[in-house]
Amino acid sequence: MNARAAALIAALAAAVAFPLAMQAADQLFFVGFASRVLIWAIAASSLNLVLGYGGMISFGHAAFVGTGAYVSGILIAGGVTSAWIGWPAAILASAVLALAIGAASLRTRGAYFIMITLAFAQMMYYLMNSMKAYGGDEGLSLTSRAALGFGLDLGNEVTFYYVVLAALCALLYATHRLAHARFGRVIAAIRENETRAEAIGFPVYRYKLICFVIAGAAGGLAGALLASHGKYVSPSLLHWTQSGTLMIMVILGGVGRLWGGALGAVLLLALEHLIAEHPIPWLLAIAPNYPQHANLGVGIVMLVIVLYAPQGLAGLVSRKRHA
Amino acid sequence: MPDLLEIRSLAKHFGGVVATDEVSLEVRAGEVHALIGPNGAGKTTLVAQISGSLAPDAGSIIFDGRDVTRLAQHQRVRAGLARSYQITSIFRRSSVIENLALAVQARSGSSLGFWQPVASESGLVDEARLIAAEIGLSDRADIAGGELAHGEQRALEMGLALATRPRLLLLDEPMAGMGPEESQRIIGLIERVRRSVSVVLVEHDMDAVFRLADRISVLVNGRVIATGVPDEIRANEEVRRAYLGDEALSA
Repeated sequence: MNARAAALIAALAAAVAFPLAMQAADQLFFVGFASRVLIWAIAASSLNLVLGYGGMISFGHAAFVGTGAYVSGILIAGGVTSAWIGWPAAILASAVLALAIGAASLRTRGAYFIMITLAFAQMMYYLMNSMKAYGGDEGLSLTSRAALGFGLDLGNEVTFYYVVLAALCALLYATHRLAHARFGRVIAAIRENETRAEAIGFPVYRYKLICFVIAGAAGGLAGALLASHGKYVSPSLLHWTQSGTLMIMVILGGVGRLWGGALGAVLLLALEHLIAEHPIPWLLAIAPNYPQHANLGVGIVMLVIVLYAPQGLAGLVSRKRHA
Repeated sequence: MPDLLEIRSLAKHFGGVVATDEVSLEVRAGEVHALIGPNGAGKTTLVAQISGSLAPDAGSIIFDGRDVTRLAQHQRVRAGLARSYQITSIFRRSSVIENLALAVQARSGSSLGFWQPVASESGLVDEARLIAAEIGLSDRADIAGGELAHGEQRALEMGLALATRPRLLLLDEPMAGMGPEESQRIIGLIERVRRSVSVVLVEHDMDAVFRLADRISVLVNGRVIATGVPDEIRANEEVRRAYLGDEALSA
């Protein structure tokens, strides 16, 4: 067995054992926290598909996560609790939205693309804010999580964790397959040299749009899981700062790396948690308010990573292995 | 011989600048048709319009009897119209074989494959190896494009166009930035491919042009001022005045 497979199995074993260990230690809070981290790992991995694999700097990914959350949330609030309806509906709605946003914004390049994706996402943000029937700016509280059937209760933190873990694994495996399949090669070629990709006969626009839609759909799944996780959806999910947070996760973890989104989500959320909940005494003595400004710490880590490990955490790991 | 490519009254303006001024010309099947002219004459702009990356303001482009003026570049490539670039445009981080296999993939079926590894398609790599041999890069097959020597990159540049199996090859200064020996290699390559492919050759190297071309069109200020066989172009007074020095003609 090579080192890569060994690391993979160890990581998977740790992820599977984690909630059981926490349950035994009576620390169920951490299972819920870990589920949230894994959902954001799905969201960041989906952004990595467009941003890293496709080379499209989309600054509006929160729109797809938020739309997925709202569609799933509205269905649950309306009595349609089955995850088998709500989650595919969320994925489909986000895919359709991505098709519309992508079709318009992929006609532009560079800074214009960044701005137009941001603009579309903000439009969705204000749309959700104004939907009084679904809570408006106060958001929408849900009475229960989605129902999965088969005797699995998503209200149980451990069960919910395993479902989210399975979804993340499925997404990462699908991404791995896609990257090495014909489509992935074309996307990589477009990222490297768009002009040449068109000149050897690839319909570049169409492939970029398909990549954008796949990423939007996966973002919708993350949104649906988030809605069930917190039993709450609000417009803040669609705010542009959420798109920024997802971007930071991808950059921290590794742009265009399979594990980039997941590692970035773990690092960012763990860091935020540590800074807010476990203040360092001597630092607290100098700066009493620092736990409320977790972003400062995140900013410093971001700076270090960008300067010293521009390939992100995932790049750091694979460089060590090659050395 | 029938015309493979027919350009009718093509026009392109950039603001007040006329880049292509009512250009009409024909490329016959099987010929090497050179396009010469001073810098800024609009040669590359013309190539861009023929290949489809730039839309003309007026006029039409007929390829193999079919009006392709409104077709996107990738559609023209599929129809058999491929180009190379004056400034090398290859996939620099991919190996020679990966570069070529990608171009083979582009014309062999749909690339909407999301699951099966492309590495399992031996046909793509086999054909890429044939093309690598054709352009003389067999022994450099696994080197990344960006690490090749300049002359090798220029060969790969042509190889990418050839891998699309074109019927008309648009070569934009294939010998740009090359020494005499490297140029010979490209000339040899063009001499080999011309047996099966028609060529539009934009080039400043007059030795190469007069050696390779069946016919030559001279472009000055966006206009075609003369088209003819090399001897006619050599003897043309207007061409001499506008572009060719006496030196180049006596060579």
